Amino acid sequence: MQQSNSYIIIFSVILTVVLGGLLAATSVGLGPIQQKSVELDTKKQILGAVMDVDSDMDVLATYEKVIQSEVVDYQGNIVTENSEGNEIVAEDVNVEKEFEKAPEDRLYPVFKFFGKNGGEEIESYILPVYGNGLWDNIWGYVALDTQGKTIKGAVFAHAGETPGLGARITESEVQKRFEGKELYNDQGELVSVKMLKGENNPPSKLDAHHVDGMSGATITGNGLNAMLENYFSHYKSYFNKKGATASL
Amino acid sequence: MSTETVDKPVKQESEALLSKRRKKIVSDPLNDDNPITIQVLGICSALAVTTQMKPTMVMSIAVIFVIVFSNLSISLIRKAIPNRVRIIVQLAVIATLVTLVNEVLKAFAYDMYKELSVFVGLIITNCIIMGRLEAFALGNKPYDSVLDGLGSGLGYAWIILAVAFFRELFGSGAVFGFEVFEAIGFSKEGWMGVDYQANGIMVTPVGAFFILGLIIWVQRNKTGYVEH
Repeated sequence: MQQSNSYIIIFSVILTVVLGGLLAATSVGLGPIQQKSVELDTKKQILGAVMDVDSDMDVLATYEKVIQSEVVDYQGNIVTENSEGNEIVAEDVNVEKEFEKAPEDRLYPVFKFFGKNGGEEIESYILPVYGNGLWDNIWGYVALDTQGKTIKGAVFAHAGETPGLGARITESEVQKRFEGKELYNDQGELVSVKMLKGENNPPSKLDAHHVDGMSGATITGNGLNAMLENYFSHYKSYFNKKGATASL
Repeated sequence: MSTETVDKPVKQESEALLSKRRKKIVSDPLNDDNPITIQVLGICSALAVTTQMKPTMVMSIAVIFVIVFSNLSISLIRKAIPNRVRIIVQLAVIATLVTLVNEVLKAFAYDMYKELSVFVGLIITNCIIMGRLEAFALGNKPYDSVLDGLGSGLGYAWIILAVAFFRELFGSGAVFGFEVFEAIGFSKEGWMGVDYQANGIMVTPVGAFFILGLIIWVQRNKTGYVEH
């Protein structure tokens, strides 16, 4: 049976309203739970750069105890208010949105880690990093020593890398390869840390600035390298300022 | 002698909930009419998500959910759907269900959401689902359509789980993340001179092709299915 045009239009409108309503209700209903999941995940990632996060750990309480945060600009100055006079909180800075701006205009959150039991002295600085992978964006958190020169830990995440290939940047085995690597060469120049092409590279290639690659995921590896180099250079002035005040 | 035939009254009302015909609707796609190995549909996701068991499991559940409920919804409104826009209606229903799955994963299984959201989105283009809507749900009652969706979903699920099992086992030496080869003594340090080297090709889609091919070969050998 051939239906009339008006029947088809009315049917389409009703279908759109029903399906749209269903989606809107789900989105509104699940919104707060999703927001909590995202927040928890972010804090888990930040902590993951410096300690093992088990499934039975109270992430939020631990985070409160061991992490303090601040936000700096490209010159390394601490920023507390935005142009409208509202307070800027490091945890709320959307690194993805900042990534879309020019490096000079971005806000750079810094998370200070005070040891596993929350001591008096800073043990490491955790920096968010963001970049492009093969299919979509990749991001992560890298923990540096107090000089900002040696990597103490790293976690990486991705939006759409291939499972088993580029998505392996989320595996702790891959992330552990970065521990202890140096960002500066003997001349004091920033050379960053690079992931090599291919896996099981000979130890002669794996010096203080190079880590073993992921088989079949060279482009994700290249994206990772670019991301680290960019962000280490963006945070350079922050650590330079820190170094200057420390030597006073 | 007259050749008159007596029409038996057709009993439509009182068919058992799990009659022989209905059991066949569920069991056929598991083997004789498997969506992946016989109909050769849904191959893309079978290649993409099967590197590990855990995401494959989530993907299977997601596809079964979408296929069952899209079959049910389309079957319920099958008499009202205008023929000229039926494909768009089917797509709208599938896309809505897929978005629901994605939202639920984001809220309750954020880690899985991060790993799978690209592929969950691609369920919309999974030909198995559209195929069942066109071939079955548009012409059958809701309960039968649910059974048909369940059968096709399970048929899809067991194949991708089988592929994932071998890919994870040989590609990463593990099953559901549990290091099998290490547990039985094939450690990286070597055991009686033997050590297990992860098979790199298994983590690439090429490995999935091999395993899928083997499964199809074994299955057609057993069922005697020949493509015409």
